[in-house]
Amino acid sequence: MLLNGVAVEDTFAEAFAMFGARVLITAENEKWGMAAARAMTGFATSVIGCKCEAGIERSVPAAETPDGRPGVSVLLFATSADSVGKRLVERVGQCVMTCPTTACYNALTSDATVVVGGLLRYFGDGFQAAKLVDGRRFWRVPAMDGEFVVEERFGVQPAIGGGNLLILGEDSAPTLAATEAAVEAMRSVPGVILPFPDGVVRCGSKVGSRYKAVIASTNDAYCPTLRAVSSATRLGEGVNCVLEIVIDGLDLGAVEEAMRRGMKAAARPGVRQITAGNYGGNLGQYKIGLRGLLNGT
Amino acid sequence: MSLTLTMRNAPEVPLEAEALSPERFEGMSAAQAAAVAVLYGNRRALVGDFFAIEGHGDGELRLVGDLTKVKRIGCGMSRGRIVVDGNAGMHLGVGMSGGAIIVQGDAADSVGLEMLGGQIVIMGNAGHLVGSTIRGGSVGVRGGEIIVHGNAGNETGTGMRRGLIAVGGNTGDFTGANMLAGTIVVLGQLGWRSGAGMKRGSIVSTQPADLLPTFTYACTYRPVMLRLVMAHLRERGLPVTDAHVCGRYRRWSGDAVEANRGEVLLLEQGSGSI
Repeated sequence: MLLNGVAVEDTFAEAFAMFGARVLITAENEKWGMAAARAMTGFATSVIGCKCEAGIERSVPAAETPDGRPGVSVLLFATSADSVGKRLVERVGQCVMTCPTTACYNALTSDATVVVGGLLRYFGDGFQAAKLVDGRRFWRVPAMDGEFVVEERFGVQPAIGGGNLLILGEDSAPTLAATEAAVEAMRSVPGVILPFPDGVVRCGSKVGSRYKAVIASTNDAYCPTLRAVSSATRLGEGVNCVLEIVIDGLDLGAVEEAMRRGMKAAARPGVRQITAGNYGGNLGQYKIGLRGLLNGT
Repeated sequence: MSLTLTMRNAPEVPLEAEALSPERFEGMSAAQAAAVAVLYGNRRALVGDFFAIEGHGDGELRLVGDLTKVKRIGCGMSRGRIVVDGNAGMHLGVGMSGGAIIVQGDAADSVGLEMLGGQIVIMGNAGHLVGSTIRGGSVGVRGGEIIVHGNAGNETGTGMRRGLIAVGGNTGDFTGANMLAGTIVVLGQLGWRSGAGMKRGSIVSTQPADLLPTFTYACTYRPVMLRLVMAHLRERGLPVTDAHVCGRYRRWSGDAVEANRGEVLLLEQGSGSI
């Protein structure tokens, strides 16, 4: 199958069941809201090494936030609801509460919730105070610039992690440009994040390694420098650079839509092939076929 | 179709009518509703002796006329909705735990005493003891919302433990006295001795106020929490301005004769812009 002259392999992305939360950070202005969001989503590229995956979903206009200040929506994913709760306590506590002028609200309606503000309140050392507004409970934790307001509980829901695209290009520059275009298109989809640096991964991994202690190692099948030495190579003639985009989403439809938009944006000159990573369908709960996403478009 | 009770014989002495609750009339026809007992002074009477009744009990009760002498409307109710198209008498919604009461006119004393949940909205003025304790009690409102669009009398929110009381106009003396927690917002003027004996909780006013000497000035700042509260009250129809939402507030801590963990927040005049 060709998309704008770029081959789309007949394969699927293998995605995993995760749990996700949506956090709304507000601040006096967008600069500080974004500063907190960047800190909270830093070192959150992969659950393998970071215990969670997180990213900025979008900027939220002041008119749409509970306190009428500019906001930033952050999505955070982990392998269990309990783990989402622990990561939120760590990251809201260390990265949002510490950032000047911020407040932090739940932005996901779900029956399942985890306690966040209800634990961070203890930082107030007995000077904290709770407020109940319209059925939502907030904590006011005294801080040196005033107060940090944080919601007591945050919603958690089943989610999807590990959707992915691999962009195979002729050279570094066009491959990077195509991947950047894909990232920009994918970020327009609500409910998804691309957890790697600016959405792009250059060191895709496979499960396991020749070293016992290493649970994931370089994906030699897609390393151009190993085409001549790795029997696993999947790279055809003329491919000299591969970049990956990993997608986490609050539901399967959002991940699929992001992948669809990403493929369309990445199909441009200098790209030889678009494919996806999988483990033979043996590990993940979801198989997202690339050609199926493009059928009818 | 809601059940509509229109007053036809105004009582000369108070009518004790805690039966006027949506759940009491659920599923009843007009004839059945007319046979429900009330207490007229010290005598037993029937709802039908005072009201013309139409409709069917489906969870909403509409009371039409001047019900100034009808007491205990919606007492202890846990669900449904009461609309009073007129004035309401004393002890409206006392101890209610859910549902909503809307009074288009004024309400007499003791609205929502020791309320547990739900919502009471008074479009006019309310008397003394809004959301307070029952005399002799130590804990007042434990949850829910009371919104008074006009003025409220003395001892508003006495002993309040949780929830929100908002007054669009002024309140009388001893607003929030002996408060344990919760929030009282007064868009107008606070009366004397507000917060006397409060342990925790927040009393907010958009006007200057004279506080007791046992309150200590802490700082002037823009409380983010108030943005949430004020935005909520604006949605509820109170005349909240942008200055109320994002202005600077002077924070006073007290009452020092108690735990000293309460706060009175007074809007700094002319501080509306950021």
